[in-house]
Parts: sequence; C-alpha cells; structure tokens
Amino acid sequence: MDLSPIWLTLKLAAITTLLLLIVGLPLAWWLSKGRSFFKTIIEAIITMPLVLPPSVLGFYLLLAFSPQHGLGKWLQDSFDVQFVFSFKGLVLASFIYSMPFMIGPIKSALQQLPASLAQASYTLGKTKWQTFKSLLIPNIKPSLLTAIILTFAHTLGEFGVVLMIGGNIPNVTRVASIAVYDSVERMDYAAANTYSLILFAITFIMVISVFVFNKYQAKSPLE
Amino acid sequence: MIDITIEKNLKVYQGKQILKINRQFLSGSITKIYGPSGAGKTTFLKIIAGLISPEKGKIVIDDITWLNTDAGINLSPQKRMPGFVFQDYALFPNMTVLQHLEYATGDKDWINRLLLLGKLDTLTDHKPTHLSGGQQQRLAILRALAIKPKLILMDEPFSALDPEMKAELIGGLKVVFKGLGATVLIVSHNPIELEGLVDGELYIAG
Repeated sequence: MDLSPIWLTLKLAAITTLLLLIVGLPLAWWLSKGRSFFKTIIEAIITMPLVLPPSVLGFYLLLAFSPQHGLGKWLQDSFDVQFVFSFKGLVLASFIYSMPFMIGPIKSALQQLPASLAQASYTLGKTKWQTFKSLLIPNIKPSLLTAIILTFAHTLGEFGVVLMIGGNIPNVTRVASIAVYDSVERMDYAAANTYSLILFAITFIMVISVFVFNKYQAKSPLE
Repeated sequence: MIDITIEKNLKVYQGKQILKINRQFLSGSITKIYGPSGAGKTTFLKIIAGLISPEKGKIVIDDITWLNTDAGINLSPQKRMPGFVFQDYALFPNMTVLQHLEYATGDKDWINRLLLLGKLDTLTDHKPTHLSGGQQQRLAILRALAIKPKLILMDEPFSALDPEMKAELIGGLKVVFKGLGATVLIVSHNPIELEGLVDGELYIAG
C-alpha cells in the first residue's frame, strides 16, 4: 500500500498552514482596523475562493503560471521556477484557496476585541507590535486555533484546484484526495477506501479538537 | 501649565455637533469634568491622550507641544503616556492583576504600593473575569498610575465603587497625585463624589 499521498498531503497542509499563519496574522490585523474601499476589495479577493468553483481558480492559476507564456514564462526564464505540475504550485494554489479560512476567524476575533484594549496598551507606552504580540494575540487564542485547524483541514480536502495545477504525479502532486479519485478510476476500491478512511479520521479528529479546545466558548467554533 | 484648545466634529444622532474647548489647567491641579451624556467628555480625554485626532487644536503640556494641527505636530499616545482610566476599564483578559501592573512598569516597590492602595494585594494572581466590578475598576486605576504619569485622565473612575471604598481610595489617591505632581482630569456624573478632591471644574455642554 503506497502511503506517499498521505504524507504528501500532510506536508502540503503543514506548509500551507504555516505560510498562511505568517502572512495571515498581519493581514487580518490590518483588515480588522477601519474600513476603506481598498480594504473591501482586498477582502473580497481573499473571500472569493469560498464561493468560486475550485476548478475555476485552478484554471486561472494554470494559465497564469504556464511556462509557455506571461508570468509563468518569466518565472521559468528568470528564476528557473515552475509552478505548474510541481509541489510548489500545490503550495501556491493551497495558499490562495485556504486563505479565507485563516484570515476570516482571526479578523473577526480581532474586530470583536474592544478598541480600548489596544488604546490602554498604547497609553502605557507600548508599541503596536508589543500590543499585538502581548495583548491582542493572547486574547484571540480560540479563534487562532480554529483558523489554524480549519486551514489545515481544508487543505487536506482540496481536490479540484490541486488537480488543475498539479495533475497526478506520484510523490510530487498526487495528494490523498487525488489518490482516492485515481484508485476509483483504476477500480482499486480497497486503496480508495484506505485513503478515504485515513482522510476521514484525520479531519474528524481535527474538527473534534476545535470543539474540545474551544469548549468554554459559548458560540460555535466555526464563527 | 496645560494649555488646550481643540475643535472636533462629533457625530451624534441626527446630525453633527462641534466640541469646542479652550482651557488652561494649572500643573498639579485636579479638575472635574461634567456635562450631559454625549457632550464629548470621553472624546475630550481621548483627544488629550492622542487616541483621537481633532480637526483643529493645540495641546501644550509644560512647554512641550503634544498637538498643533497648524504645525502638523501630533505626538503618539506612546510618547504622551498619560495615565488613562477607561470608562469600560479596558482590562486585559489574558493578564492577572500583577501582570497588568508588570506590563506597565518594572518598579516592584511601586507595584506593591499600588496594590495596597487599591486593596488588591491579596488578589494578585486573579484575572479580570474573577474580580468584582469594583475590584476591576480599582485595577484600571492602579494600571494607569503604574507608569507614574504627569497627566492623569480618568473617565468615570469611581462609578462601580461603594461609598466607603470610594472615600478611602480617594484619600489614598490624593496623596499619590501629590507625590507624582500630577495634573488630573476626572470625568464624573456624580455631583458629590469628588467633593474635597477637586480644585476646579469644567462643564462640557455639548
């Protein structure tokens, strides 16, 4: 039984989650403060993957990063980087596709903190960064955890976007969800069942852990 | 000497209102600010703290310009560092009583003195959710004092205290204010609670 798709999926989810955490925290903080037309546009773009068919996103990523023309050709010629049919491409696609799951919960949690909290910290002479690190982040822990787990779990479940930009290359782009599809195509239901069961178990444990960790929160952990 | 001239447009229900204040406060004085709800008392304090910017204004504290809209000067709250007691206390849910004070200052002796002043010395490892309303309000006052501010801005700082605790705390605060040489502005709705503490008044009509 080839378990490489499972490992590849976990690796993809871990890298995507880490990258999104690093980029998502400051971005969510920026979005949580005030409103402007520019911010509304950025927020709409970040939210698009929630409603867009994954194949549409995958199709445009495929066009954009195709090494034959445009951006993809420039990346290939200048840096020898190819996103299409590579693990890098999967990371990029997952990064974009899972972005709303990281940004959404963090942004709304930051918005729900009273403005006077940060203001009190500023009057004590603390910088914005000190305030963010010592005050804001510790006070949105449950939402942060929700964001991390949802992003990870959502990346595990990707199919359409991954298939479009990554294809089905063993050990490179064949993640678990693709392996399930591929096994069924080959009528290997036993393999499909194994992959499916493992995915089911992992995601179930993750969703359960969100509910358990956030048990003191009266509201739904998906908010 | 504190010299304040400000003009700020307030958004109020059905229209706009202009908050206009031109006033000097003697260094070391304690002034009570009062007036109807929505007149702009809290906004006034936040403008002084640098948390809200007015359309026009000048704030000079002991010859240092904190704000001068004509000259484009507007010091950040971090540079102004007033002792600010927020009406909603603005306590930090992740920190204990002691951590609140340690976040503000590294002066252990001062922290101990403040804890005794606010009668919170037996509750140092409690987080805000495990404090009563009165204890929370006292912590908010102590945190503001922790940075040894020269200017103290208090927004309804005694509203949750019982009369006995209030009288005792005010007695202690008087000594602390004097020791710090601080100028104090206190917003209060209660016509009698600050008797014997303040030496001036400012009415904001709205």
